[in-house]
Amino acid sequence: MSRVRPYIKRLTRIEGLPILAVLAILYIVFIITAPDVFTKPRIYMSFLQTVAPPLILGLGLTFVITAGEIDLSFPAVLAFTGYVFTWGYQELSTVVDPSVAAWGGFFLALIAGAFVGYINGLLVARIGVPSIMATLATQFFWYGVTVLLAGGLQATLKEIDTTSVHKLFVGRIYGVIPSEGRGQIGIPQQALWALGLAIVLWFILNRHKFGEAVMFLGDNENVARVMGVNVETTRIQLFTMMGMIGGFAGVILTLQARVFYPTQGQGMLLPVMAAVFIGGTSIAGGLGTIVGTFWGSYIIGSLEAGVVATGISGFYVQLVTGLVMGASVVLNIIIGEGRLVAMSDRVRHWTGQKRAAPPGEALPHEGAD
Amino acid sequence: MSTDTSYQYALQMIGIEKYFGLVCALKNINLNVGRNEIVGLIGDNGAGKSTLVKILTGVHRPTRGELYVAGRKVNLDKYNVKTAHKYGIETVYQDKSLGEKQVLWRNFFIGRQITGRFGFINVKEEKRIAHEIMVNTIGFRGRGITVESKVSKLSGGERQGVAIGRAMHFEAELIVLDEPTVALSLKEVQKVINFVHKIKEGGKACVYISHAIQDVYEVADRFVVLDRGEIVASIDKENTSLKELDEFLLEYAHGRKDRREL
Repeated sequence: MSRVRPYIKRLTRIEGLPILAVLAILYIVFIITAPDVFTKPRIYMSFLQTVAPPLILGLGLTFVITAGEIDLSFPAVLAFTGYVFTWGYQELSTVVDPSVAAWGGFFLALIAGAFVGYINGLLVARIGVPSIMATLATQFFWYGVTVLLAGGLQATLKEIDTTSVHKLFVGRIYGVIPSEGRGQIGIPQQALWALGLAIVLWFILNRHKFGEAVMFLGDNENVARVMGVNVETTRIQLFTMMGMIGGFAGVILTLQARVFYPTQGQGMLLPVMAAVFIGGTSIAGGLGTIVGTFWGSYIIGSLEAGVVATGISGFYVQLVTGLVMGASVVLNIIIGEGRLVAMSDRVRHWTGQKRAAPPGEALPHEGAD
Repeated sequence: MSTDTSYQYALQMIGIEKYFGLVCALKNINLNVGRNEIVGLIGDNGAGKSTLVKILTGVHRPTRGELYVAGRKVNLDKYNVKTAHKYGIETVYQDKSLGEKQVLWRNFFIGRQITGRFGFINVKEEKRIAHEIMVNTIGFRGRGITVESKVSKLSGGERQGVAIGRAMHFEAELIVLDEPTVALSLKEVQKVINFVHKIKEGGKACVYISHAIQDVYEVADRFVVLDRGEIVASIDKENTSLKELDEFLLEYAHGRKDRREL
């Protein structure tokens, strides 16, 4: 029995493992119930495309929630930065090459996103408005600004698919996946950008002093302050980063559709938040997992299409979503907090074997060196 | 006052006064703490202990007076929580010293990380030093506690031990213990006291603030009694027993005592 324990312990330390298990089970169920769809690559390519923008947002939101804050304004950032991108592209392409114009629009959108986030940060850190209130207000405000600027109209981005920005961010990589006769299947590049961003942000959260400051901020603001963390600056940087990530997602969303809608991003708030929470990031702050958010986003993003593909009525989508979310959160709590070890002890007790440690005793020595 | 290593006191407070509006919280405080001296600062609730701590740690600015740390005059205009660390004052609070959900090695270095290029943390080095502090500096022999453990798994006394070890590692000139044993069980109090002994052994100076004299008595070299914003007594441990000290304080609390040997 003492041979099994270290393995269980090590297993529970792997970041995002419970949620990966949920994702695996979900896909196995889909493969069994809808083999026609889920044994072929096309549906997965579709997921890679549609999940990318919410995933990118979820990565940023993981930081915000880890810091014990919330950002409700990111759907509006998607619309506002989408507008800025479109406007920049259209205006600039009258004077320069479309590719150059698209790059101009891209950087303008990032700056616009960072600006919106910076304003959020000032409201929260300088003035002391609770982030839920501040970002609720700015959410309305920036949707309002977008609608006004766009005159309530959508806009098509002509020839955007010929630009290098389009090819770089939402192009497809062909030749990796074998085709099935109905044309070639390519890997959507936005999925790779999301993966790359996830890796970078993992290192920033877990290995950079900014990430550490964010964790302590969410854990206990007073501790962070007396230990010399600049709480105010960290908060402002945090919201600015979230805004910039929102700008990036906004551009990708607009590029994917090749159309800008003044209402784009609406309906994105709850799924993105759900992905972060089922991934295992603590709503109380102090703990955040980028890996969990990564898998969580794929769970949330696969549910609707998956459920529909299994042939049961579309009415079941929400019910299944609720079930999967509940199961994920429960699994995270059981596995993530070392209770699995305690449970394996209890099972052994029930089966009549001796316990490793007397009841009430803490975990045995792990070897300090 | 020289600024080299030949200074005499870890801390000198000269004529420190603090007013909140018209209310006088501290009156003419003169306090010297030797280089390897543990001073127990005792006083009833409202005696001004916490105001004194907040001045030391840079939370409050004194209305009047001078502060020297290790012979260096503190520029009180620019003195705050962060610069207090630079002068070499480390504080262990009752409860806000550690991030509970974080692993131990992060807690040792938060705010003062060992970083490489672009601000990325040198995790290996931080873990190594954290382990060294735990084993060598504070003598952690706790069951199953490693630098990877989360603070929430530690008992109250062990947490204070970690905070004390951290303070010692960062070459504090003066470690301020602000009521470190409040809300701890007797067994845990004893653990904290053992950690305070390590401060003495490590050659550091310490101001131990408490209203439980029996805790302070064991570790302190000298007791300074604060009452209504003034230092009313400074008693060497050699000249008093716990019982005498207790009686003295009790009489003081009843207002029957005049001040002595200031």
